[in-house]
Amino acid sequence: MERPLTKHIDLNRPPLNLKEYEQVGGYEAVRKVLKGMTPVEVQKLVQDSNLKGRGGAGFNTGLKWSFVPMGPEALHPKYIIANADEMEPGTFKDRLLLEGNPHQLIEGMILSAYAIQADISYIFLRWAYKKAAILIRKSIAEAYEAGYLGQNILGSKWGLEMHLHTGVGRYMCGEETALLNALEGKRATPRAKPPFPQVSGLFGKPTIVNNVETFCCVPHIINNGADWFKGLSKSEDGGTKLYGVSGRVKKPGCWELPMGVTMRELIEVHAGGMQDGYEFKGALPGGASTDFLTTEHWDVKMDFKSVAAAGSRLGTGTMVVLDDATCPVGFVHNLQHFFAQESCGWCTPCREGLPWVEKILLNMEKGHGRMEDLELLDMHTKMLGPGNTFCALAPGAMEPLQSALKYFRDDFVRHIVEGKCPWHTATETPKRFAESLMV
Amino acid sequence: MLTETEIQAIDHEVKLVPYKKAAVIEALKIVQKERGWISDESVEVIAAYLEMSPAEVDSVATFYNLIFRKPVGRHVILLCDSISCYVMGYQKLYEGIQQHLNIKFGQTTPDKLFTLLPNPCLGCCDHAPALMIDEDLYRDVKEEELEEILKKYRTKI
Ligand SMILES: Cc1cc2nc3c(=O)[nH]c(=O)nc-3n(C[C@H](O)[C@H](O)[C@H](O)COP(=O)(O)O)c2cc1C
Ligand code: SF4
Repeated sequence: MERPLTKHIDLNRPPLNLKEYEQVGGYEAVRKVLKGMTPVEVQKLVQDSNLKGRGGAGFNTGLKWSFVPMGPEALHPKYIIANADEMEPGTFKDRLLLEGNPHQLIEGMILSAYAIQADISYIFLRWAYKKAAILIRKSIAEAYEAGYLGQNILGSKWGLEMHLHTGVGRYMCGEETALLNALEGKRATPRAKPPFPQVSGLFGKPTIVNNVETFCCVPHIINNGADWFKGLSKSEDGGTKLYGVSGRVKKPGCWELPMGVTMRELIEVHAGGMQDGYEFKGALPGGASTDFLTTEHWDVKMDFKSVAAAGSRLGTGTMVVLDDATCPVGFVHNLQHFFAQESCGWCTPCREGLPWVEKILLNMEKGHGRMEDLELLDMHTKMLGPGNTFCALAPGAMEPLQSALKYFRDDFVRHIVEGKCPWHTATETPKRFAESLMV
Repeated sequence: MLTETEIQAIDHEVKLVPYKKAAVIEALKIVQKERGWISDESVEVIAAYLEMSPAEVDSVATFYNLIFRKPVGRHVILLCDSISCYVMGYQKLYEGIQQHLNIKFGQTTPDKLFTLLPNPCLGCCDHAPALMIDEDLYRDVKEEELEEILKKYRTKI
């Protein structure tokens, strides 16, 4: 089984430096492209490979690039940005690529920048990834020194600058238009679309934002072709995917696997099954803002289309497992606490609705739930759903809530009828904890 | 007043952007690094230097959770309270830290050594529960290990 993205990653040693990376074929793709491909040919090749964005939405990457104005009339500088904000709870895949092989990301960004004829690039890195920041800084410096960055790259007359930007927190910085505002020194609130960033992005100039994993696929597509990339996958979407599993499984972790492995294989084989004494109850397949899947979805293929057909989203591909010893209402409360806190406050349904949802769930956990609360929660899943808010944060927050209300409704009802959290009777800890949060 | 070091660092950032204002987040980071937090006075001097109003600077400063608008202790403990750490029991760590330091989320010890803050997902969910102290990441943390971990920072300047 081929693992192009992680083949040269070994966390027990420092990542490959520039020389070592070149020895295993690194920056070959840059040479190939600068010698004999036009920008539009690169766009087309990536589009044909059916690489879909790994940041969560799953949009065809080459197609996204094709919306950038090209030719002498186009506005410059054009920008290309790696979204390395990775703050979706339960997600830890980009960290592996950033700490494991920073040159792969830089090469992918150079190729993508060439495809849209960008002049300036940024890596927008979340604050918490301290080790990655040090490694990326060093790798960028090496790439400048070797002439892969800067003016007139490899004698091609085309040049690219690259900067590392480290954030100061907030989940919203990962939303691509809010990210642009953050880079411009503003509050990270989203922008209205249209105009799309491809036409008017950072400082009003054409801009592409892609996820770290998306960029890391590009050198391999250039080197091996679109058909090879499609062939890596077990489904329609091209390539391999970094999958992760966390929660009460025997071996939580992150693995590069063919796109389209089943949930069963992920949990039973790669994650080693559930920990002894715990049973699987459900899972969020791709981070906090995806709908629950349950045992009935055990054989669903983890690709964009199949997971959508099962009523959820592949999202980031990193799964959070809910076990039978964890209260589903407490689990969903934790998620809503996060979303309410991270709401940027720009639009009313999200700013006002999420804290309301959070309070209802906390009250249920404390044993003060009422039957009407279920209707209120149902109502919020509609009012904060797609189309009613300015960005995808609130609809994302509603995904685990609406599916929990569907699959675990009995557990919500038990909280109300019994006047307590059935999971928290054995120990008083969680209740005291919930109260301490109210301070 | 901004110090010479701060001005130099801010000027460097200003050169990278089309207009001064766009460097405000970098300026806040620079000043916080020097002074530990962002006071009202810091907001005013940054505003004056970047030709913005203090309110504009403050609107940015208060948006980002890692810009501190109140003084913090010498060491900031960021305990992950997101979903994988919830499942793996970060609540126990929270209780443990409360016992050792007698502070809750948002509070600073009287000796100004530690501030405890909740933090969304640290991106190492396969090693939950996790916490960060200053720039150091601790993974798969057990309650029994807290004392040892905290001890390191009691003596560290
Ligand atoms: C609230 C919110 C947070 C997001 N956070 C991230 C993130 O941390 N990393 C990321 O790559 N995409 C994130 N996205 C998705 C981006 O908006 C965007 O779709 C993505 O970066 C595009 O890259 P791709 O086409 O390569 O997937 C987020 C979206 C929303 C609505
Ligand atoms: S949905 Fe929430 S996060 Fe998105 S713009 Fe509205 S308030 Fe901000």
